[in-house]
Amino acid sequence: MKGPLENGTLKSVPECGEKETALMPALYTAQKEHGWMSIEAMEAVAGALDIPKARVKGFATFYDMFGKKPVGRHVVRLCTNVSCILSGSEELLLRLRDKFGIAPDETTPDGRFSLVAMECIGACGTAPAMLVDNDFYEDLTTENIFSILEKYK
Amino acid sequence: MNILLKHIEYPGSTELKGYCESGGYKALSKALDMKPADIVNEVRRSGLRGRGGAGFPTGMKWTIASMDPKKPKYIICNADEGEPGTFKDRPILEKNPHLLIEGMAVSAYAIQAEYGYIYLRGEYPQAKEIVEKAIKDAYSAGYLGDNILGKGFKFHLFVYFGAGAYICGEETAMIESLEGKRGQPRIKPPFPVNEGFLAKPTVINNVETFANIPHIVEIGADAYLKIGSPESPGPKLFSVSGSVNKPGVYELPMGTTLREIIYGHCGGIKNGKELKAVIPGGVSTPIMTADKIDCPMDFVSLPRYGSMLGSGGIIVFDETADLLKVCLRIMEFFDHESCGKCTPCREGVGWLVAVLRRMSTGSGNPGDIELLTEISKNILGKCFCALGDGAAMVVQGFLNNFRSEMEAGIGGQQ
Repeated sequence: MKGPLENGTLKSVPECGEKETALMPALYTAQKEHGWMSIEAMEAVAGALDIPKARVKGFATFYDMFGKKPVGRHVVRLCTNVSCILSGSEELLLRLRDKFGIAPDETTPDGRFSLVAMECIGACGTAPAMLVDNDFYEDLTTENIFSILEKYK
Repeated sequence: MNILLKHIEYPGSTELKGYCESGGYKALSKALDMKPADIVNEVRRSGLRGRGGAGFPTGMKWTIASMDPKKPKYIICNADEGEPGTFKDRPILEKNPHLLIEGMAVSAYAIQAEYGYIYLRGEYPQAKEIVEKAIKDAYSAGYLGDNILGKGFKFHLFVYFGAGAYICGEETAMIESLEGKRGQPRIKPPFPVNEGFLAKPTVINNVETFANIPHIVEIGADAYLKIGSPESPGPKLFSVSGSVNKPGVYELPMGTTLREIIYGHCGGIKNGKELKAVIPGGVSTPIMTADKIDCPMDFVSLPRYGSMLGSGGIIVFDETADLLKVCLRIMEFFDHESCGKCTPCREGVGWLVAVLRRMSTGSGNPGDIELLTEISKNILGKCFCALGDGAAMVVQGFLNNFRSEMEAGIGGQQ
């Protein structure tokens, strides 16, 4: 993929087959550069792809992976669907709240972690599971979750 | 049996070299010497049914798409595995990416498609890296590109990374999403096989479905038909989670019973507890009681036991499970994932959640059970896609099979 968002402008359109498929990867590029999906980021994408701003906003706000507000340096996505609940992910949410003072959709005051309660992340056989940024962690316990998070400063 | 999970016998098969050494890409080479129509015919004869959940006959889908004169044609791999309880496509994507690429290349040749997309869910960033590398390697080795294996067939393949919308697993919502739109389902007909991506004939198959294709081409339909049960041939990936000793993904012949899966392969219920209930095919399939586990896991048997095969995502509940809470959690999921297009689903599922939420604290109102039944009847069959239907049937499943536990949520009854 080409064209990072520099100074609020997407320099070129990503290469991904047909041109209609460019919007999603362009938004990922913008989010990577900008940290989250701000109005400015969405408008920069609209300008770069030459499509209406309203269409970009309608699209970006439909998909959960595009952050609707600023996030911390690391995003902890803990699965809270059926199989993870059966294996104790609700307890993990409580422990995270006790340790970091954050509930789902909140960010620690020092900007280190944002917490997201996820629907299924496809690790039901090794539940409970979480994604920290792009890293998968499975078979979580109330102990190992904190040693894992220690790695993320 | 390891047709789909090749890496178990050949750990090196994740990489191109190891995959080729274990016999990989031979089916593609063989296919390119066959007539496209003969491959479609072979797949049709094999009885392969879609592994994503609906179980539509793959050969029929391909036949309709190949007969449509519009060009170009597209193929899309549904790798938006989001059905809670389902994690069967992940080992193919992460450990056997070339099996998927080979399956897609053969399929593309069969219906004469020049472009393909793998619509991969945003929650699988590791799979994205692995599949993208595998595609790059396949291009370098001549298994993808403008002149595949020097046999004059052109096929280009791209990964399209989704962004966290369960509804995009519905094929028309997936196409909308690929076209840079909100993932909201289209009315059918027209079906994607005639008017799909960019209004062109489009075949969408699940990861596991494509992974079956090389084997069918290699051994032929007659040999393939000997695997599994007569009405649902082939191997099936079952992803088992919840209260079992050995959760995981198991490749077994279609028609293996739930009992054999739970007590044989998965080593029984955790901590010596009793089995209480099973969800057989992901959370949008109705829950079953413990006495039904002699049911063969295939497309035709499960409806006779009041449920569906779905994705084969089995969730096992022991005697301690709070099923009212589970039902609420599943409805919260559907409420979160409803795309909002059709009123019965958008409003109805939200209403189901509100009723179940008060019941889960023991303060349900008299008449709430009847209300749940009424709401679910008013969702069923009244929406563009099956998301609302799934929610409605799941609530009905809990009410039919675990009524007294649900009734315990009505205030003043305990």
